[in-house]
Amino acid sequence: MTKSKALLPLVGVAILLAVWEMVNWLRLVDPVLLPSPAATFHTLWEGMVAGKLGADFLKTVLRTIYSTAIAAVIAIPLGILLGSSEKVYRSVEFLIDFFRSTPASAMFPLFLVLFGVGDRTKISVAAFGAALVILFNVAYGVMNARKTRLLAAKVMGASRSRVLFDVMLKESLPQTFVGLRNGVSLALVIIVVAEMFIGSTDGLGQRVFEAQQLFDMPGMYAAIFAAGALGYTLNLLFLVIERRFVHWAGR
Amino acid sequence: MSPAPRVAVTPISAFDESHRTAPHVTIRGLSKRYTDATIYDNFDFDIPRGKLISVFGPNGCGKSTLINMIAGLVPPDAGEVLFDGRPLSRVKFGYVFQNYREALFPWLAAFDNIAYPLKLMGVPKAEREARVERLIARLGVKIDLALYPYYLSGGQQQLVSIMRALIVEPEILFLDEPFSALDYEMTLFMRDQLQRVFVETATTTVLVSHDLEEAVYLSDYVLLLSRHPARVVEFVPYDAPRPRTDKTMSEPGFIATKAHCLKLFQREVNRA
Repeated sequence: MTKSKALLPLVGVAILLAVWEMVNWLRLVDPVLLPSPAATFHTLWEGMVAGKLGADFLKTVLRTIYSTAIAAVIAIPLGILLGSSEKVYRSVEFLIDFFRSTPASAMFPLFLVLFGVGDRTKISVAAFGAALVILFNVAYGVMNARKTRLLAAKVMGASRSRVLFDVMLKESLPQTFVGLRNGVSLALVIIVVAEMFIGSTDGLGQRVFEAQQLFDMPGMYAAIFAAGALGYTLNLLFLVIERRFVHWAGR
Repeated sequence: MSPAPRVAVTPISAFDESHRTAPHVTIRGLSKRYTDATIYDNFDFDIPRGKLISVFGPNGCGKSTLINMIAGLVPPDAGEVLFDGRPLSRVKFGYVFQNYREALFPWLAAFDNIAYPLKLMGVPKAEREARVERLIARLGVKIDLALYPYYLSGGQQQLVSIMRALIVEPEILFLDEPFSALDYEMTLFMRDQLQRVFVETATTTVLVSHDLEEAVYLSDYVLLLSRHPARVVEFVPYDAPRPRTDKTMSEPGFIATKAHCLKLFQREVNRA
C-alpha cells in the first residue's frame, strides 16, 4: 500500500511520456518541431555527459548559487533589523513592496550600464531580485514572532539581545526558509533570462537560445529539461535543509 | 567564622522567625486603566508566604492583569509591589502561561526548555543538567524529556512549562489559568501534579483560575475579586489537609467553602 503510494508521482510522468510518444508516433505534430522522447533524452544525456550542456548547466548552477548567497548575506541581517522594529519596517515597506513588484528583467539595462557585460551584471540583477524576496520574508518572520514566546523569554530574565538571538531569530527561521526557496527560484529565472540576452556566451539560457537559432530542437528540449531539473533540485535541496534545521515549522 | 550578632542590621532576613509569618508580597495602591475601563483603582493586598492562593472572580475583572502586574508583564499606572520589601528585579520568580504551546520553545528539547532559565543565569552546562535531573527526580516526572515539546501531550507540555518555572527555585510561582486548555481528564491529573509540586517545594503560589472547583481544591485561600474596578470581596481560607484527593471534593468542608464562594461570586456577577 505504502509502496504503491510512493509510486503515485510517477503516474503523471508515465502519462506525459505516453502522450508525447503517441503524438510523435501518429505524427500529430511535425517531428522536426517535436522530436521523440527517446531522441530528446538521448540528446540530454549526451549533452550532460560529454557535450557542452554539462558545462552550461554548471555555469547556471554557480551563478544562481552566487546570487542567492549574496542576496541571503545582505537580506537576512537587514530583514532582522527591519523586522525587529515594526515602525522601521513600516517606514520602508512601500519601497520594498515597490521594488519587489518591479520585474527584475526591467533592471537589466540599468545593471548593464553599472556593471558592464558579463557575470557581474547577471549575478547582481538576480541577487537584487532574490534579496527583496528574502528581506520581505525575514522581516515578516521576525515581526510575526509569537508574542507569548517573547514574553516567556522576557519573564525568565532574558536581555533584549538574548530575546533577539534565542527567540526572535528562531521564530523567524521558518519564514526565512520560505524566502530562501522563493529567492533561489527567482534567481534562477533571472539568471536564465539574462543568459539568453545580454552578450552571453554560456549558461542554460544561452544553450536554449542557441539551439533555437540553429533550429536544433532536440538540443533545445534537452536544455529546457536540464533547466527544469535544476529548478526542481534547488527547491528540493532547500526543503531538505529546512526540514533538517527548522524541524518545528508548522508545529 | 563567628556567628553574626543577633542585632538585626537589615530589617529583613530570610532566617528571621518573625519574618516567616509576615506577608510575602505587599501590593499597595495598584492602579490600572485601559481605555474603556478602570481595572484597578488604588488596590491593596498582601500575599501570604508559602501558601497557594487562587484568584477567582467575574469575567474581565482583571484576574490575569493582577498577576501580570505583580510579575512585571503589564506595567501598572500607579502603585507598588514589593517582595519582602524588594522590587521584582531582585526576585527569582516563575511564570506559567495558559498557552503552553506558544510559551515553550519548539526548537529546544523539553529538557533544554526546562534548563533554559539556568542558561540565562549563566549556570554551566553540567550543573544545569544536574539541577534538571534533580527536579525530575523530586517531582517524579516520567516523561521522555529528550523529545521536542510538540511530540508531548498538552498536559505533558504544561508540566514541562511548570518545571521550567521551578528550575530557578523561585520564591514565588505565578500560573495564569494553566489547565484551561486541557481536557478534563488531563486537568484532574495536572491539578494533582501541581499539588505535588506545592507540597514538595512550599513555594508561594498564585494561581489564576476560572474554575471554582479547581480554585478551592488546590488552594489555601481563594481571593475573590469583584467586578472592575476590582476590590477584594473576600479572602476565603480553605485548610483541608494535603494531599487532597477526589474524596476531598465530597467532604462537607469543601462543599461548604465552594458554596460560600459561589454565593459571593454570583452576588458580584448580578451586581449591575
